[in-house]
Amino acid sequence: MRFFEYEAREIVKRAGIPVTDYGFTTNPAQAREIAQRIGGPTVIKSQVLSGGRMKAGGVKFADDPQQAEAHAREILALEIGGQEPRGVLVDPRADVEQEYYAGVVWDGTRKQPVMIFSPVGGIDIEQVAEEQPEKVSRRHFSNILPFSDFQAKEAIAATGVSGSALTRLTPILTRLAKLFVENDMTLAEINPLGRLADGSFIALDAHMEIENEARGRHKRLLAELGVGEQETRQAREPTPFEIAGEQIDASDHRGVAGNVTEFDGNLGLVIGAGGGSLTLFDAVRAHGGRPANYCEIGGNPSVAKACGLAKLVLSKPGVERIAVMMSIVSNTRVDIVARGVIKACLELGHDPAEKIAIFRIPGAWEEEGFKILERYGVEYADRSVSLNKAARRAVEKIEGVAAR
Amino acid sequence: MRSDGLFIAVEVDDQVADDAALAATLAEACPVDIFAQTSDGGALEIVQQNLDECVLCRLCLDAAPEGAVRVIKLYDEGAVLV
Ligand code: SF4
Repeated sequence: MRFFEYEAREIVKRAGIPVTDYGFTTNPAQAREIAQRIGGPTVIKSQVLSGGRMKAGGVKFADDPQQAEAHAREILALEIGGQEPRGVLVDPRADVEQEYYAGVVWDGTRKQPVMIFSPVGGIDIEQVAEEQPEKVSRRHFSNILPFSDFQAKEAIAATGVSGSALTRLTPILTRLAKLFVENDMTLAEINPLGRLADGSFIALDAHMEIENEARGRHKRLLAELGVGEQETRQAREPTPFEIAGEQIDASDHRGVAGNVTEFDGNLGLVIGAGGGSLTLFDAVRAHGGRPANYCEIGGNPSVAKACGLAKLVLSKPGVERIAVMMSIVSNTRVDIVARGVIKACLELGHDPAEKIAIFRIPGAWEEEGFKILERYGVEYADRSVSLNKAARRAVEKIEGVAAR
Repeated sequence: MRSDGLFIAVEVDDQVADDAALAATLAEACPVDIFAQTSDGGALEIVQQNLDECVLCRLCLDAAPEGAVRVIKLYDEGAVLV
């Protein structure tokens, strides 16, 4: 779950990292008051979760409080990337000598946080890594053992930063690493981290994302920041199709059959779960297929739930066939899923042999499952057929439909 | 009594179906609520809408006198669960 900039700044502040004397408001008159309190030139920044604020006109510079109010009024009325702003952040225009980058991200492959540091900040770190790789350092660290100043120093010094800057940056990076681990973050980034004329450092912007599953562990922080329990903070509002998927999943406590994301393709997917469904989705695309949706099925859903999900996918406009695929299952029964998807076809008046491009779920109770599939003439595959081949077969069949 | 779903049918001998105690036992035994007791606590009922949820666990077969309950796999040429 992503935080708005004003929330991320608050997290940074609470961690003991210096921030500017900013203010957040939803009201233009208050923006003026904040600018008055700041007492100098300010920056008015739209509080939206999407990127590209600057280009869209969501960041404006004000020389005095009147201008700050006028800019706040304009920005509050400006939709960016389909999102209405949550408010505006009024920030002093800091007199910065140099901009740095400090971030921690979760490395899913190494299963460890990685600290990233660069003395070149204010632009995308990916761009710096490409153009000046020697100016970017990365250091993995344990999220169990305490993070030490020495590790922070190593990351900073690796980019050539030394002397007073090294000394002053060290506690900032240590605190950033600590806040990342303590708050179960997946991203904690300060960019830019500005060095002022007196040599001190100050966070000028921050991006934070917390692991969704960890929200329950941080109820207090979220409540203090004013994050509602129902706020999903997704990049966009769920579509009616996705909401219907959630309802199907919530309709029965048994297993999972939901987590639906809508796409505009013609091949409906009933796939599972976690890594398996991502792999299958990618495999379909790699073979030129156009998925109509992503979803997750697993944990032994009931026949009714598997049927509900398959019916939802089959009913989506533009869906010509569905592919029912999973990795080898142990905690989901093949026969139960087979019953569910066949029932869905029949209840919608379709021939399962026509509508199911391929059924590739090997594992628990597969003998019973395969008997059901044979009875209805559905093409199926066992574990001797890889996920990749099954995805290819589904795409071949749907292309055959399109060519007809 | 017999009730058919799309994949599963369940057949119960009539004498057993009228036995309130056994009806209660079957209702308790089935993990997917295929058996129920009439609201007055009497005879056995088969819950049609749950038939296809049958997980072939055999608990109903064990709970009833031998051969009194039959679970039939309609997708397998009417094979009876043993
Ligand atoms: S086999 Fe199990 S699930 Fe099926 S009817 Fe009997 S008790 Fe219920």
